[in-house]
Amino acid sequence: MIPARDAYDVLAGMNHPRRSGGFLPACFSFIVLLLAGFLFVGCVKNEPRADLTIINGAEPQSIDPATISGQPDGRVAGALFEGLTRLNPKTAIPEPGLAERWEISPDGRTYTFHLRSNLVWSTGDPITADDVVWSWRRVVDPFTASEYAGQMFFLRNAEDIATGKIKDLTQLGVHALDARTLRVDLIAPAAFFLDLCAFRTLAILPRKTIEKYGDQWLMARPMPTSGAYTLDFWRIRDKIRVRKNPLYWDAANTMSEIVDFLPIDSQAAAFNLYETGQADIIWDKGLVPNELLDVLRKRRDVHFFDYLGTEFYRYNVTNPPFADVRVRKALALAVDKKRLVEKITKGGEKTASSFTPPATANYQPPEGLGYDPALARKLLAEAGYPGGKGFRVIRYLTTNAKTSVQIAVELQEMWKRELGIIVEIEQKEWKVYLAEQSALNYDLSRSGWIGDYNDANTFLDMFMANNGNNRTGWANPRYDALLNQANQLSDVKRRAEILREAETLLIRDELPIVPLYFRTGVNFFDPERIEGIYFNLLDEHPIAPIRRKK
Amino acid sequence: MSIPSLQSAERNDDMYFLKRLLFLIPLILVITFLAFLLVKIAPGNPFDTERAKASPEIERALKARYHLDEPFLKQYLRYLGLCWEKDAEGQWHWAKGGLIKGDLGLSTKYRNHTVNDIVRQGLPVSLTLGLLAFLFAQGIGIPLGFFTAMRRGQWSDYAGSFFAVLAVCIPGFVVAPMLIMFVAIKWRIFPAALWETPWHAILPSIALGLYFAGRISRLMREGMSNVLHEGFITTARAKGCSEMGVVFKHALRIAILPVVSYSGPLLADLLTGSFVVESIFNIPGIGVFMVNSSLNKDHLMTMGLVLLYAVLLLVMNLIVDFSYTLLDRRVKYE
Repeated sequence: MIPARDAYDVLAGMNHPRRSGGFLPACFSFIVLLLAGFLFVGCVKNEPRADLTIINGAEPQSIDPATISGQPDGRVAGALFEGLTRLNPKTAIPEPGLAERWEISPDGRTYTFHLRSNLVWSTGDPITADDVVWSWRRVVDPFTASEYAGQMFFLRNAEDIATGKIKDLTQLGVHALDARTLRVDLIAPAAFFLDLCAFRTLAILPRKTIEKYGDQWLMARPMPTSGAYTLDFWRIRDKIRVRKNPLYWDAANTMSEIVDFLPIDSQAAAFNLYETGQADIIWDKGLVPNELLDVLRKRRDVHFFDYLGTEFYRYNVTNPPFADVRVRKALALAVDKKRLVEKITKGGEKTASSFTPPATANYQPPEGLGYDPALARKLLAEAGYPGGKGFRVIRYLTTNAKTSVQIAVELQEMWKRELGIIVEIEQKEWKVYLAEQSALNYDLSRSGWIGDYNDANTFLDMFMANNGNNRTGWANPRYDALLNQANQLSDVKRRAEILREAETLLIRDELPIVPLYFRTGVNFFDPERIEGIYFNLLDEHPIAPIRRKK
Repeated sequence: MSIPSLQSAERNDDMYFLKRLLFLIPLILVITFLAFLLVKIAPGNPFDTERAKASPEIERALKARYHLDEPFLKQYLRYLGLCWEKDAEGQWHWAKGGLIKGDLGLSTKYRNHTVNDIVRQGLPVSLTLGLLAFLFAQGIGIPLGFFTAMRRGQWSDYAGSFFAVLAVCIPGFVVAPMLIMFVAIKWRIFPAALWETPWHAILPSIALGLYFAGRISRLMREGMSNVLHEGFITTARAKGCSEMGVVFKHALRIAILPVVSYSGPLLADLLTGSFVVESIFNIPGIGVFMVNSSLNKDHLMTMGLVLLYAVLLLVMNLIVDFSYTLLDRRVKYE
């Protein structure tokens, strides 16, 4: 309690103004301390400015190509390590990488790769066919715990090794014929195998360093790399700096000497840095606030492009009412997808009728269900819920990402308005969301998928009955048979027809999932200042050709 | 008051603080146990990803690598470094690592980093930023509180107090973007984000410290106003002390006590980083890990940071209590 003003206050406050003279010295001493603190910060770093600064999205969980799964991780790993093929920066079509040429057997099941002559690590040691064999064996070895080991499953015995049925790693379908020649045996004529060879997981890694340092091998110095860059340093949540590898086979076409990757996951920080000229490029859609897209769209440094990603939702088909396909169709028909992309995502996304994006190579996806509320109501009534009567309250599982929640709210409103169905939105943090989805502890679940390579298989195989990514409880023997049949074919056209038949089951007849829209990518960079970035379906931008114009 | 009794009182204080120092060890043990229990019973699995594992064997290998396949108690003992296990030849070995050897374990989210590695990189940054914000808060708060208390009822008191209330009311996630918008983007005086030169430290220090400057100023003002009514001040004045002497020698050291007791936990809080300010300015401290590691179910990372925070908090509180005895002779601990 503060007593009312009394004589002491008057005495203390008014009659002795010189007392407040203590204020200035006190301030002064603190200012000195602050300055000392700032100087301390200044002493910490003294680095040359990079030739190129890229805002790369979240902090990479790893940059070991064999174990990574995230896109930001892959961009850094791709600068450091290369595979037998690499993706063309303009088209994302595979072209010779560490291998200069290859022969494919007529049945499409045996590949013979020839490595370039005088290939060396950044430390000067030769890269041999044995390095390739070792790197690939490491991926399928369960001990490595590679998230993407599945990319190798087209190799003979890969799946049996990864599941522990075969313990002998030398059984893997890759063998060195001599120091520069490799023979790869596939279980099926995978039309996209050369694409897979360019995929990060299959990159060639330095055996000696990894065997010596274990999980901390990326911190070892020198750390031999097979790609266009070497790793200068990796400071967590601060900066990853890579430096040109002069011994890379194509070093003549590496345009920037020093490149910085800034791990930034805050939209505001990314945008502020870019706007104040401290970064040259932002290339992560997650880093651009949707609210600003209407304004930003008009700028010449904002680039939208299509890529192989689909946003959809899953039904848990093991529980009523979604065990009934009519109910699944009714909800799908009541969704106005156009509204979602126009009101919420705003990145020029196209509404999705099929699950596989139409831009996918050698494939034309079937037409799915459209927007037809009248038919939706009819189907729901047929299923025994006229006007939503008797329909239990259902749960829509989503992450707490802003766009996902906004979409959930929009869907909730559409289903209530058109069908009289009450939906509860369950926002879960990422890991819990994933666990609930895998455990089928949901009715409807927000979902997304990004293609790993440019082929319909990367989308369609996930809904095979025993695929861990299925997560709907949906199992259809005919679907599985069609996919297996398609992947044994080397006739591209016939294969596409069969895949199309399978996808028709998925998105028109059976509907365990409902595609909502295809994702777009967004890049920020000023074409007057930065060159060497091209747009392609895989959102793949090799670092080597990118440079800042002087 | 005779001199011998004063000495014995001080010895009591020494014993008291020694006891409290020793008591920290079981306290920290209890904290580690509770924290370990909590992170383990929280839902979610560190290895759940949008993409299913290629085979169950892979998930098994991951769990084995981080010893998540062991019983809870064994995991806890292993974390402490008190775990013995048999090797392939049946020989008993003291398990590698563990808290008592200063090893905080492996991060499950950032596979190429150890928790020690992440703390070693992030802690100096958070410490520097926290200390700067602390100095800023004290440097603005104490003089402002003092000044407004001395000018009670005048316009300068109202202006100063208004500023203090404003500082307390506007949260960091509003102050920081406003500072960036005007100072960094419009006027281009200081950089908008990152942690490189001294200039980079200014805006985050202000954004982090402003709220606490307001709090401290208010504590200081109240403390000062109250103390000026105390009997011993009257006595000092009656004895003919100069007004400077009364205020600085007698009143200030009592009036500052609330600020001191507030400062201990505050410093512990600031030094371990701030999620909001570190994310907005993209500063590579440990504040962001504090939140994200629990979202990512990065158990040992969470454990390491909780432990760090707990130790800092306990030590700071101890220092605060100790400084009481220096500032106010009436305070005695038994």
